[in-house]
Amino acid sequence: MVAETVLQITGLSKTFGATRALIDVDFSVQAGEVHGLVGRNGSGKSTLIKVLSGYHVPDPGSQLTLGGREVQLPISGRQAAAHGLVFVHQDLGLVPAYSVLENIRLNSWNAQGFERIHWKTETAEVEEELDRFDLNVRAETPVAALSQVDRAIVAIVRAMHHLGKDGKGKVLVLDEPTAYLPKDSVERVFEAVRTVAQTGAGVVLVSHRTDEVLSLTDRITVLRDGRRVETLSTSKTDEQTLVSLILGQTLSSFYPDQVTAKSDDRVLEVEKLNGGLVRDFNITVNRGEIVGLTGLMGAGHDEVPYYIFGARDATSGHIVVNNQILKTQKARPSKAIAAGVVLLPADRLNLSGSAAASVEDNVVVPVFWRYFSGGRLKLAQIRTRVNYLLENFDVRPALPTLEFSSLSGGNQQKTLLAKWLQMEPALLLLHEPTQGVDVGSKSEIFSRITDAAEAGAAVIIASAEYEDLANLCTRVLVFDSGRVVGEVSGAEMSADRLLGLCYRGARARGAHGMIFQWRPYRIGFVPQGTEPEFIETPAPVSVSYVFRWRPHRVGYVELQTLQKAMEPAATPSLERVFQWRPYRIGFVPQGIEPEFIETPAPVSVSHVFRWRPHRVGYVELQTLQKALEPVATPSLERVFRWRPHRVGYFDTAE
Amino acid sequence: MPSATIKIEAREKARQSGVMARRVQAYSILVAWAVLILVFTLLLPDTFLTVQNFTAIANSKTATVLLTLGLIFALAAGEFDLSIGAALSLGAAIPAWLYDVYGTPVLIGILVALMAAALMGTLNALLSVRYSIPSLVVTLGTGTAVIGLVAGIVGNSTISIRGDWWNVVLTHRTFGLYTSFWIVMLIALIIWYILQQTPIGRHLYFVGQGREVARLAGIRVNAYRYAALITSATLGCLAGAFLLGNTGAIQARIGQFFILAAFAAAFLGSTAIVPGRFNAWGTVVAVYFIETGITGLQLLGLQAWVSDVFYGTALVVGVLVATLATRLRSRLSARST
Repeated sequence: MVAETVLQITGLSKTFGATRALIDVDFSVQAGEVHGLVGRNGSGKSTLIKVLSGYHVPDPGSQLTLGGREVQLPISGRQAAAHGLVFVHQDLGLVPAYSVLENIRLNSWNAQGFERIHWKTETAEVEEELDRFDLNVRAETPVAALSQVDRAIVAIVRAMHHLGKDGKGKVLVLDEPTAYLPKDSVERVFEAVRTVAQTGAGVVLVSHRTDEVLSLTDRITVLRDGRRVETLSTSKTDEQTLVSLILGQTLSSFYPDQVTAKSDDRVLEVEKLNGGLVRDFNITVNRGEIVGLTGLMGAGHDEVPYYIFGARDATSGHIVVNNQILKTQKARPSKAIAAGVVLLPADRLNLSGSAAASVEDNVVVPVFWRYFSGGRLKLAQIRTRVNYLLENFDVRPALPTLEFSSLSGGNQQKTLLAKWLQMEPALLLLHEPTQGVDVGSKSEIFSRITDAAEAGAAVIIASAEYEDLANLCTRVLVFDSGRVVGEVSGAEMSADRLLGLCYRGARARGAHGMIFQWRPYRIGFVPQGTEPEFIETPAPVSVSYVFRWRPHRVGYVELQTLQKAMEPAATPSLERVFQWRPYRIGFVPQGIEPEFIETPAPVSVSHVFRWRPHRVGYVELQTLQKALEPVATPSLERVFRWRPHRVGYFDTAE
Repeated sequence: MPSATIKIEAREKARQSGVMARRVQAYSILVAWAVLILVFTLLLPDTFLTVQNFTAIANSKTATVLLTLGLIFALAAGEFDLSIGAALSLGAAIPAWLYDVYGTPVLIGILVALMAAALMGTLNALLSVRYSIPSLVVTLGTGTAVIGLVAGIVGNSTISIRGDWWNVVLTHRTFGLYTSFWIVMLIALIIWYILQQTPIGRHLYFVGQGREVARLAGIRVNAYRYAALITSATLGCLAGAFLLGNTGAIQARIGQFFILAAFAAAFLGSTAIVPGRFNAWGTVVAVYFIETGITGLQLLGLQAWVSDVFYGTALVVGVLVATLATRLRSRLSARST
C-alpha cells in the first residue's frame, strides 16, 4: 500500500542574513497525487519553490530526492529538468506573438540544429497533445489570441511535453497558475492538472485560493513562518481548518465586523450612467456604506468604478460627488480626485502602481504638492511619512527605496491602499481588491476597507468574490448584461444568494441566454471492435458546482489479484487500483433530490465519448426559459454522477 | 521579543545596504573620472594636467551639455527625442544664415529658430500623444526632415558670424571660462531644481515610469508629455545658438553629429548622482567625463575617430551599468520568500 514517492525533501533550511526563510522543512510528493502547498506571503512557499528550481542555494544539511535518487543541492535548472522536475510559473512564460505550436516546442523540436522542421508532423503531434488536454485551439494560433485560461492550459501542456507521455517519477510544479484567471474558468485548468496527475506524475500546486486547493488536491502542506505546520489529507479537512492553520489564528477573526457607522449624508449620486457594457445605472451611496457590485464575466459591474472616477469616458450619465458634478465625457481623473474620489484598479502593475518606480514614489505620487513648501520638496518629510505608512499598513519589507514590482502581491496591494487612504477619500472605488493576494494580507486589507468606511468614507467594491462581498458589504448590487438585476442586503446576504442571483440574472432579465449543443468528450477506452455504449446525460440546468465521480488511486495490488477482479489486464508487476470518489461538476437547487446516474466502469482500449455542452449561439431568453425550467435558488446542494475511467488494459489481439 | 528585534535589525540592515549601494553608485563616476585624470596625468605630465587643457574641455562642450539637459526632459517622461539634432541645427544655422544673407541681428535669428524648434516639438508631441505613434519613430522622421530643410535653406557652406557681439559675449572669459559655460551651469541648476525639488519634476519622472498609473493618480499626463518634447526641442535649439556663439562659424548639418553624444551622456548620467534617474548634475558630469577621456586619448596622438568609439562605448556601458546596479540593489534588499 506504499505509493511511490517522486519528490522528497528532508531538513530543508534557508537563511538570508538574519532571516530564516525556511526552517527544517520536510516535504514529499507521491506519484499521481496533487499536493497543495499553501501559506501566507513570507511563509516560505516561494523560497521552497526557488530552491527546487535552483534559484536559491539552501543551507547545508538539506536533502532532496527525486524519483528515488538523491540529488546534489544546489540543483541547477538543467539538472532539475533532467530529473523530471518541471515548473509552470504564475506569468506562464509564453511568448504572446508566437503560435501555440512554437510556444510548446520552444526548445524541443524533433529537428535539431540546421535540420528542417517538419511542420506537418510537429503540428499533428502538438494538436494531439492539445486534444488530450481538451483544448480546442489550433496549433498555429498565436498565444496572444487565446484567453487567459487557454494560455494557462497551453503552459501546462508545454510542461507536460517536457515530462513526456509517461509521467511516472516526474514532478510538475505549478506556482499560482490561477491567480489572475476569472473564477468561472479555473475548473478547466484543474481538469488539465488532473490529466497530468493521471499520467502518474506528482503535481505540486502553490495557491492562495483555499477553495481551489481544497477541490483539487489530494494532500496539503501548510507552511507558516518558514516551518511546516502540517501535512493534511484533503478529504479530511475543510476550509476553516485550513485557513486557521495558514494564519495561525481562527477564522472568526478573518473578516472584520460589519460597518456600523450609518449616516444619511449622501456622498455619491449616479443617474442613468451608460457606457461600455453598463446600461442605465443608478445608485446613491451614503457616508459609511460599503456597496458591492458583482456579476459574471462581462456583466459590466467591473466597469462602473472606472466611469465614476473618469478613467474612461462614458457615453452619457450624471455623476455627483459631495455636491460636485463630475463630467462623464472628456472626464479627468484629476477632477474626481479633487472631489475626494479615489480608484484602486485591479491591474496592480500597470494601472494601480508603477512596477519600475520605487515604493516611495508609488505612495507619494498623488500628493507631491503637500510636501512642496518654501520652494522645494521636503524629501526628509516624505521619507518619514512613507516609512510611517508602510509600517502602519504592515508592508513587508518596509523599504521605501525598493522597486515596487519586487514586493509580493499582498504587499503591493497594501502599499497602494496606503497611497489612496492617506488622502482620506470621501469615496473609495475598488476593483477586485484581493486578487492574487495571500490570505493574511486579505484579512488586513478587509479591515482597512472597513476602517475607512467607519471613518466616514463611502466604499464601492466591484468584485466576483461573493464570499468576501457578503461578509464586507452593507448591500450588493448584482449585474447582468450591464444592468442591475438584483440587490441583496441585511439578513438575506450570503455568498450563495449572490452566486444564485448572478446566474439567475443570466436567464431572468438580460436579452440573451446561452444555448448548448452536446458534443462528445473522451472519457475512457473500450476494447477495439466493441461498440462503445453511449450514455445520455441530461444537460445540467443550474447554478454552479455539480459533482461527478472520478477514480482516485488508493494503493497497489498484485496483478493476479486484479485480474480476478476485472478480467482484461495489462502487464506483469504492479497495477494501480482505483476507487470511485465524487467529483463536483455543478449545483442543483436545494430541496430537489439529486438524481444519481449509474455509469458502469468500462473495460478498455479504444476511445469512448460522451456528449458535453458546447455553446453554439444565443437565443432570446423567453425561448430559453421554457427549455430550462429550474432556476437558481438561495442555496445549493451537490449532485454526483458516475463517469468512466480507464482501470486497466487488455490485449486487443485476443 | 527577540525575533521581533532580529526582524527590525534585519530590515534596518537591508535598508542600509540598499542606501549604501545607491550612494556608492551615485559617486562612482566621480571616482572613475579622477582615475581617468590620474592616468592621463601620468602618461602626459606636460600637456594634460594644465589649466588651458581643462578650460578648453569645459568651454568646448557647453553646447553638448545644454543639448543633453534638454534631452533628459524627454527621456524622463518616457519619450525618445531623436530630433534634438535637428533642433540644434535650427538654432545654429538659421541665425547664422539670416545674419549672413539679410544682416538680421543674431538675437532675432535665434528667436525665429526657437519658435521653429518649439513648433517642431509641438508637432512631435501631437503625433506621439494624440495619434499614439512611438516618439522614437516620430522624432526620427521629423528630425531627418528638418535637418534636410535647414540644409536646403542654408546650403552646404560654412557660415561665419565671427566678431558679432553674440560671438564676443559668449566667448568672453571669466576665470578662464566662457560666458556660455556659466549660463549653461545656471540652466543646469534650474533644471536640477525643477526635476529634483518640485512636484512637477517628480510627476514628470512618474509619467515616464507608469503613464496610466500617473493618469489615474490625477496627473495630466498628456500635458507633461507635450511639455517634455517641446522643452527638449527648445533647449536643443538654444544649444545650437550657443554652439554658434562659441565657435563663430557653423554648417547646416552640424546637428547630426551631436545626437549620439547626447544620448550617451544622458544614459551614462542616469547612473550617477541620482542613480536610476535622468538627472541634471549626472548629465553634466557624464558629458565632461566622456570629453576628458576623448581629449586625453587625442593628446596621446590618437585621431578624431576616437570620439566615435568613446561615445558609442559610453552609451552601452552606461546602460549596462544602470541595469547591473538595479539588479544588484534588488538582490541586496531581497527579502522576499
